[in-house]
Amino acid sequence: MNLFAIIGEALRALRQNRLRSGLTMLGMIIGVAAVVLMLSIGQGARTKINETIAAMGSNLFIVVPGATSSGGFSFGSGSIRTLTINDAYAIAELSSISATAPITSGTVQLNYAAKNWSTIITGTTPNYFAVGNWKMESGTAFTESDLRSAARLAVLGSVTAKNLFGDEDPIGKTIRITNRPFMVAGVLMAKGQSLTGRDQDDAVFIPITTSERQVTGNQFPGSIRYMLVQAKSADDMDIAEIEITQLLRQRHRIAQGKENDFTVRNLTAIADVATDAAKVMSIVLGAIASVSLLVGGIGIMNIMLVSVTERTREIGIRMAIGANQRAILTQFLLEAMMICIMGGLIGLLLGIGGAWLVSQFADMLIVITLGMIGLAFLFSSAIGIFFGFYPAKKAASLKPVDALRYE
Amino acid sequence: MSSIQATHSANPLIQIENLCKSYSLQDANGKTITTQVLFNINLTINQGEFVAIMGHSGSGKSTLMNILGCLDTPTSGSYWLSGRNVAALSSNELAHVRNQSIGFVFQGFNLLKRMTALDNVATPLLYAGVNRANSRKQALEFLRRTGLENFAMHQPNQLSGGQQQRVAISRALINHPPLILADEPTGNLDTQTSSEIMLLFEQLNRDQGITIVLVTHEDDIAAYAKRLIRLKDGHIIVDKNNTVATTLHEVT
Ligand SMILES: Nc1ncnc2c1ncn2[C@@H]1O[C@H](COP(=O)(O)OP(=O)(O)OP(=O)(O)O)[C@@H](O)[C@H]1O
Ligand SMILES: [Mg+2]
Repeated sequence: MNLFAIIGEALRALRQNRLRSGLTMLGMIIGVAAVVLMLSIGQGARTKINETIAAMGSNLFIVVPGATSSGGFSFGSGSIRTLTINDAYAIAELSSISATAPITSGTVQLNYAAKNWSTIITGTTPNYFAVGNWKMESGTAFTESDLRSAARLAVLGSVTAKNLFGDEDPIGKTIRITNRPFMVAGVLMAKGQSLTGRDQDDAVFIPITTSERQVTGNQFPGSIRYMLVQAKSADDMDIAEIEITQLLRQRHRIAQGKENDFTVRNLTAIADVATDAAKVMSIVLGAIASVSLLVGGIGIMNIMLVSVTERTREIGIRMAIGANQRAILTQFLLEAMMICIMGGLIGLLLGIGGAWLVSQFADMLIVITLGMIGLAFLFSSAIGIFFGFYPAKKAASLKPVDALRYE
Repeated sequence: MSSIQATHSANPLIQIENLCKSYSLQDANGKTITTQVLFNINLTINQGEFVAIMGHSGSGKSTLMNILGCLDTPTSGSYWLSGRNVAALSSNELAHVRNQSIGFVFQGFNLLKRMTALDNVATPLLYAGVNRANSRKQALEFLRRTGLENFAMHQPNQLSGGQQQRVAISRALINHPPLILADEPTGNLDTQTSSEIMLLFEQLNRDQGITIVLVTHEDDIAAYAKRLIRLKDGHIIVDKNNTVATTLHEVT
C-alpha cells in the first residue's frame, strides 16, 4: 500500500471521529501555543536585556559612596557623601582607566512655553555621554569649557524632549529648570529602559558645575552621588578594580584594616547576572509550557489506545484482506502524527497570535524566530511518533484471528 | 472443466497433514487449561473444487477455516497452500498470501464501516499497491458483475444483508484469488437471498475455476457444493462426493 493511500485512510479515520480528533488535537494546540508563546516571551526578555546591556556602554564600573556592608549600592541615599568630583578626576588618571564621569542628580521641574515636565536631572561631565554610550539625536553635548564656565546648557533625553517640545525642534531653545533659563544644546537618541526598569530617556543632563552651584545646590560642595568609570579594555577590568580601590582608600585616608567608605561595582558582572536570570527565566517558561505539550502527548496516546481497541475488528478485517503489519502500523502512526502536526500548526499560529497580542497590550518585547517555529513543528511530530508508536505497534501486532473474533 | 482437470493432476491447492489445534486458557485459579479443537486433520483440496464443511456448533469448522485462511496457525501438523509450507511464511508473506490468494466471505459480512461499497471492494487492491484511482475503477467493474453498480457509493449500513454480502464477495474476488473461503456466508440471509449468493458461488466455481470452501449448517446450502466434509468434535467423520445433493439442487 503506498503512502498516499495510507494517508488517505488515516485522514478518513480522523474525519470519522471529528469531535474526538478535535479534542485530542486541542491538547496539542494548547501545548504548542504555550511553548511558542513562552519561548517568544523569554526570547523577547533576553533580547531586551542584551540591547540594554549593549546600550549601557562597555567595561564599566559604578562607584558609589558608602561601604558594601552598609548597603552601598543605592543611588538615592543622600546621606553618605564620601565621593567627590576630584576623586573622579583622580581615577581618570589611572593607567587602566580610560574615562570617568561623576554624577549628581535630583528631581527638577522643567518649563517650556506653557508646558512643564518633572524629571530627573543629572549633573555630569562631557565624558558621561561617551562612557554611557549615548548618541546624539541632534545638537551637541556640552564641552569641557562649558563645564569650567558652568554654562547653562542642557542635553535632553528623547522622552523629555518630546514631552516639552512635541514636534518642535528643541535645539537652541530656552527652557527653564527650576526657573532658571537654560539653552538646549542637544537631544539624545532613545535608549529605552535601564536594567532596573527606569526609562533612561526621561532625563535632562547639565554640566555638573552648573548643577552644583545653580540648580540642586549641594550641602557638601564637591561631593557626588556616584560615578561611572570606564576601563580601557575588558582585560583591564580586574586591575582597574584594584587600582580604583587602592586610590580611593589612599585619598580617603582609610587606615589599614578599616572598611572602604565606597563601593566599586562591576557593571559587566551585573549585566551577566541579568542575562543569566533572563536565560533561566526563558528556560523555566519553556519547561512549564513543555509540560502542557507532554500532557497533550499523553492524551494522544490515550485516545489512540482507545481507538485501537475500538477498531480491533476493523484491524482484523484489514489484515484478512491483505494488510501487513507495516501498513497497520503506518496507518495508526500517521493518524497520531496528523493530529500532532495539525494541532502543532494551529498551536503555532495561535502562539504567534498570542505573542503579538501580548506585545501589543503588555508593552513587552516579543521575539519569534524561525528556529522556534521549526522547534514547535519538530516537537509536535516527535510527540506524535513517540506517543503514537506504542498504540500503533499494539494494533499491528494483533493476531488476525483474534482481531477478527474481537467483540 | 479442462482447466480444473489439469490442476487436479498437479499440486493440490490445499494439503493438510495431521493438523491439530488446541487452545490454552487460564481458569479462575490461574491454571492453564488446554482444550483441543482439531484432531489429526488430513485434507487435500484440489484447484477447482467446491467443498462444503458441515458439523455441529463447536465442532471446529471456523477454527479450520481460519487456519486454511492463514489467519491462525495450527498447533501441530502441516499445511501446504499451492505447494508452499505456510508455517515457514513470515507475517508479511502471510499478509501477501491473504491479499493475493485467498478471498474471505464471512457470516457477518465484515465490511469496513463508514466506507462506501466501492472503497470496501477497492481496499485489497490498495494493499496490493495499486493506486486509488485504478483500484476504484476495478472495484466498480467488480460491483457491476455482482449487479451493484448503483450502490457503489452506499455505505454498509445503507445496504441490505444480501447486498452487503455481494459487496463482500466482490471484495473477495478483486485480486483474482484461486481460493474463496466462506464461513457461513448465508447465515444471516433469508432463503431467497441465500440461493442468489449460492448461485453466484456456483457460477464463480464453474466459469472461473475458483476453488470454494464454505461452511454451512444447512443441507440445501451444502447441496450446491460438489464435495461434503463433516466435522464432529474436531474429527473429519465424512468426506464424500456430493452427487446426490447436486441432483437435489438441480431439481429445485
Ligand atoms: N480463541 C479461542 N480460545 C479458546 N477456545 C476457542 C477459541 N476459538 C474457538 N474456541 C473453541 O473451539 C471450539 C470450536 O470453535 P469453532 O468456532 O471452530 O466452532 P464452529 O464449528 O465454527 O461452531 P459454529 O458452528 O457455532 O460456528 C469451540 O469449543 C470454542 O469454544
Ligand atoms: Mg463457526
